[in-house]
Amino acid sequence: MSDAQPRPRDRGAEAAGNPLAGRILDFVDGLRRDGFRAGVAEELDALEVAARVGIVDRRRLRWALRSLLCSDVDEWRRFDRLFDAYWQPANRRARVQAVPGVPLQGAAGQGPAGGTRPLEQEGAGEGDDSGAGSGGVQGGASERELLEKTDFRLLLDEAQMRACERLAEHLARRMRRHLLRRERIARLGRRVHMRRTIHRSLQHGGVPLELAWRRRRERLPRLVLLLDVSRSMSLYSMFFLRFARGIVAAFDDAHAFAFHTRLVPVSEALRDRDPERMRDKLAVLSLGWSGGTRIGESLARFNSGHGRLLGSRTVVVLVSDGYDTGAPELLGRELAKIHDRARRLIWLNPLLGREGYEPVAQGMQAALAHIDLFATAHNLESLAALEPELVR
Amino acid sequence: MDDIGQLQKRLEDAGYVAEPDLAATLLLFTQLRRPLLLEGEAGVGKTEIAKALARAFDTRLIRLQCYEGLDASAAVYEWNYQRQLLAIKIQESEAHSAEEKEEHIFSEPFLLRRPLLEAITQPDPPVLLVDEIDRADEEFEAYLLEVLSDFQISIPELGTVEASSVPYVVLTSNATRELSDALLRRCLYYYVDYPSVEKELRIVSARLPEVGQRLAGQVVAFVHALRELDLRKKPGIAETLDWVAALLRVKVSDLTERPEWVAQSLVCLLKTREDRAAVTDEVVERLVARLP
Repeated sequence: MSDAQPRPRDRGAEAAGNPLAGRILDFVDGLRRDGFRAGVAEELDALEVAARVGIVDRRRLRWALRSLLCSDVDEWRRFDRLFDAYWQPANRRARVQAVPGVPLQGAAGQGPAGGTRPLEQEGAGEGDDSGAGSGGVQGGASERELLEKTDFRLLLDEAQMRACERLAEHLARRMRRHLLRRERIARLGRRVHMRRTIHRSLQHGGVPLELAWRRRRERLPRLVLLLDVSRSMSLYSMFFLRFARGIVAAFDDAHAFAFHTRLVPVSEALRDRDPERMRDKLAVLSLGWSGGTRIGESLARFNSGHGRLLGSRTVVVLVSDGYDTGAPELLGRELAKIHDRARRLIWLNPLLGREGYEPVAQGMQAALAHIDLFATAHNLESLAALEPELVR
Repeated sequence: MDDIGQLQKRLEDAGYVAEPDLAATLLLFTQLRRPLLLEGEAGVGKTEIAKALARAFDTRLIRLQCYEGLDASAAVYEWNYQRQLLAIKIQESEAHSAEEKEEHIFSEPFLLRRPLLEAITQPDPPVLLVDEIDRADEEFEAYLLEVLSDFQISIPELGTVEASSVPYVVLTSNATRELSDALLRRCLYYYVDYPSVEKELRIVSARLPEVGQRLAGQVVAFVHALRELDLRKKPGIAETLDWVAALLRVKVSDLTERPEWVAQSLVCLLKTREDRAAVTDEVVERLVARLP
């Protein structure tokens, strides 16, 4: 297996019999497996760019391909390592395997993890390669589907968890896009404010020189997320925090709080662009918390300290399993307060997805009377189903 | 490597210090004629790159500032209603047919050109800066994409306006929201980070030549240390320059001599109340003590 002769792939005339083109395509393919947005158009562009700058000067090739193939900070930060892994002749295998952020396909257990793909391909025999490209893509789609249906607590390996967290974040952003589109269809362009226009026209002898416009109504809901991060929820907390991060990033008017014995606003921490640093910040916030969950007290704290967030536009989403060590009456009372003032109160309970679960916990019983929607949230699919509820 | 070096030189003559990888991207940008998306925190000098490009190519810079609710009438063109109404009033007594009158008021003199239309009707390719595209909504993004791929704009009353020259399109984004896949795929991408110490030093001495070596070094080191802290709004290059200007005005030439000046002039660097509260006098003292 010599590095100089990778197998050219079957993509257009450029690639045929041209080892350089083959390697470029192979590299783009590897990036795609690592979650980069790179399609056929990008492959052709990469070929054109490579032909333009040549591959003798690796720095230029790196800079050119980086600008061409990256489309966000995350990809930008990962690119150099992936580039080195693929293009540097020495120690290639070791480097490639050190690449973090294994793509979704890697978790399937079928075939090699995406990052190592280019190498494996070169090492593989002649026979099995022809269908590998398209097969990989299909694998990715079904793997994604699988992840969407898997209960969060059953995701064990790190890569799968990260992938799922990332999906949760994307989901939140997609929700906003949908909600916005809906709003746009409802509102047909700018509307003239007739009364005011005519009034203003008086000073011009009745000619409506200055048009007055109706103000556009703000229809996106204000979202308040209250996340239970107690020990009984620990298997789920990180996903909801990532989901909350997506929500906070996508909606201008979203506010997130985490609680178990205390209530802490976490919107600021969630806005940190680096997910690792966000983890650290959240860890600091939750330092020194003792065991137990005081949902009622935490909500009371919310009502007294942040009650101004509640209003006719506010949708409150409470995520908790309902295991409360405080008094159930307090919980009921505080929930009623929220329910009275907000447009909608949604309780997401990840346990609801489990076979045979009945909401018998005392806290849960006290709560049921005051919530508009009691829904499960144990996997991405059930989170996605939440979208229409936000605009009710 | 030479053409990259040349471009770097040209940009430097235009007053911008560009790293070789940025210059390489800009070179590719001028060759491929694809839009370039510059992403990065506020204050890292994204807009400045577009301005420097315009200066370096000696061409016009046309800027479209995006905001939520930006629509075609603010970005592309609008009819000058007031003028049209006046024209109708004036023509009332004249004996033109209704068609003639209509043709008259929907002609070029009544057209208000907004940046996009302006940019594609220039004799020489200008630099079109679409600033903070992430603030505009998705609808506008889709429209922009259409213009950027066809380079023609259709005005129902006038017909289709074809581009007389294809502008160099630079988009900037603070990444406050995710842009559409279609747009991302169309664009070259460059992530603009805060400048390195060397680069910022060169910027400071280029913009404010009267600053001494010592003060410049201290200021840049201090600002870099501040950026390391966990702040809500990290000071950008503009803030650094403001601060230097302020320090020069009160004739400070060495930060360690007058640490109290540092604390008092921090308003130039820290723009939110939380950040002011986070950077206490003790923090300032500690940072000043570490200065060269």
